[in-house]
Amino acid sequence: MEAGTPLLQLEGVSKRFGPVQALDRVDFAVHAGEVVGLVGDNGAGKSTLVKAIAGIHGADQGTIRFEGREVSISRPQDATELGIATVYQDLALCDNLDVVANLFLGREEVSPGAGSVSRQLDEVGMENETADLLSNLAVTIPSLRSEVGTLSGGQRQQVAVARSLLGEPRVVLLDEPTAALGVPQTKQVLQLIRRLRERDLGVVMISHNLVDVFAVADRVFVLRLGRAAGEFKADETTEEHVVSAITGVGDGRNQKEQPEEGEGA
Amino acid sequence: MSATEAAAAEETTEPRSTTGQALRRIVQGDLSSVRVILGLVMIAVIFQVQEDRFLSAQNLTNLMLQITTIGLISVGVVYVLLLGEIDLSVGAVSGLSAAVMAVLSVNHGWNAYLAIAAAIAVGATIGCMQGSLFSRFVVPSFVVTLAGLLAWEGALLQVLGQTGSLNINDPKITGLANIFYSDTVGWIFAAVIIAAYGAVLAIGFRRRVAAGIGDTNPLAQIARFVFLAAIVIAAVAVLNSDRGVPLAVMILLAFVVGMEYVAKRTTFGRHVFAVGGNAEAARRAGIRVNRVRVAVFTIAGTMAAIGGIMAASRLFAVNQNSGGNELLLLAIAGPVIAGTSLFGGRGSVWTALLGALVIGSISNGMDLLSLSSSVKLMVTGGVLLLAVLVDAIARQQRQTSGRV
Repeated sequence: MEAGTPLLQLEGVSKRFGPVQALDRVDFAVHAGEVVGLVGDNGAGKSTLVKAIAGIHGADQGTIRFEGREVSISRPQDATELGIATVYQDLALCDNLDVVANLFLGREEVSPGAGSVSRQLDEVGMENETADLLSNLAVTIPSLRSEVGTLSGGQRQQVAVARSLLGEPRVVLLDEPTAALGVPQTKQVLQLIRRLRERDLGVVMISHNLVDVFAVADRVFVLRLGRAAGEFKADETTEEHVVSAITGVGDGRNQKEQPEEGEGA
Repeated sequence: MSATEAAAAEETTEPRSTTGQALRRIVQGDLSSVRVILGLVMIAVIFQVQEDRFLSAQNLTNLMLQITTIGLISVGVVYVLLLGEIDLSVGAVSGLSAAVMAVLSVNHGWNAYLAIAAAIAVGATIGCMQGSLFSRFVVPSFVVTLAGLLAWEGALLQVLGQTGSLNINDPKITGLANIFYSDTVGWIFAAVIIAAYGAVLAIGFRRRVAAGIGDTNPLAQIARFVFLAAIVIAAVAVLNSDRGVPLAVMILLAFVVGMEYVAKRTTFGRHVFAVGGNAEAARRAGIRVNRVRVAVFTIAGTMAAIGGIMAASRLFAVNQNSGGNELLLLAIAGPVIAGTSLFGGRGSVWTALLGALVIGSISNGMDLLSLSSSVKLMVTGGVLLLAVLVDAIARQQRQTSGRV
């Protein structure tokens, strides 16, 4: 389907937790400038797959290729160093700190000159960069100095996504980015995801909400009981097809889709 | 492209938010220092009406001297509170450290500065130890430091030995709380403080204007400058009309300003706030959470030792009561009264000074009115309860507004 080598490619990835086969020989790929919706029922292995990519717990079997070369991701730092950023559902923001502080949390910039002795924060510099980044992403926040705890859910999600971009990643994994958001806020977040694609990033979006997935995804990847249960081009399929792949009901149609997509993957 | 664009974006959103924000900040407790200053004014008026010696230069100087010990200990307590933790051992640590200094200076004839350094080292080591136990073994800080409270009180008795009391006569130690500067020196201090504050404001302002972001209203800067200058000039004038500016007050101020700088302007301080706000988020952001915790408890132990040294200097002695009585509780109550949250992640080192002022004024005023300590304790308790309730209400407000 997409030209060229995938940015991130998983081949035959398996993961077992005791008696539970959480992932069973899954092949998965993301290309640059592509949004892949990762869908499936609860316990289908979506989170496990993302965690394997993010290095939270490494895969038992299978190979992971990043920009074509084989890599091993066993720790979160491995993923970060490769250029894979993850935004978890709980966002991991400090509500008591402002937008700038949250964006630069753990990678604060230090003032040049005398201030560097005490590792003085370069507030002006960080605020400038924050303003640049957010305006590039067309994210509007009332004030960069307002505490994150006072922002709306959509704004918090956008701050968390913007933060993941500071490390200049190539692939961004989003865990349920639109969960618990209202309609206008969901729109903002989806718009932000489109902008990530424009920046030529590979985006993997886990979601329960097929409407949201269809709104932004180029490709929909379905997991069921730890196995790849179908892969669809978003503009060539319908929600019903995807739902039947998720639930495993109406397998006939599902079978028809699979071989055709299997070639592309 | 982006600098101007960002500036434009800022401009469009700023005017609407600043006034509304200020209001919200007062309600939600971020401007609680304003609240506390109003409270202080009220306390002053009430006592002044009852007893006109309260606002005399002599009494105000006494008040400042009385709060130095609590204020210094509270500086460390603020850091612990910012983590959302508690350190119950600071009183006992202050007593033990002072006793170590006294024994080394009096019994062993150590040089005063070496004895002081040893006392500070004792406080720092104890703090580091308690912090490590707390973070390594995930024991609640409450329990670790409660054990410390008991153990270090025992150690104090042990160090003091049979006499139970040691008189300090080295002028280098007693001078800490008993040196007063001449009027001229006092005014030089004032000039330096005002000039330094002006320079800091001006530099920050120029940088923000150059970058076109943040608070670029010059009137606000001038107002802040005039406000601080007025307070400094008034304070020095009052102190000079009595015995002069005390060294102890300068020491307290230096620690408050220095540690506020560390808390608000450095990477370390930012990490303290982050761990106090959301330790898991801080950990995922790559902050070494346990290191921050150990460092904070080390600061608390160090500041407790410094407070203990100041107390010993004022008393000219260390005895079995050093660091005991209600010192611990007042040192924790002070910052909380002045607006540092018990739940972590919110507060400032200024609350150490402001809180000590509130507690000190109440205590001092009641002494002037010759009220018994029973009344004193009950009133202080009431004020603390009120302050904690205000903090809790502010927190609820924030939570509801945060979930909109």
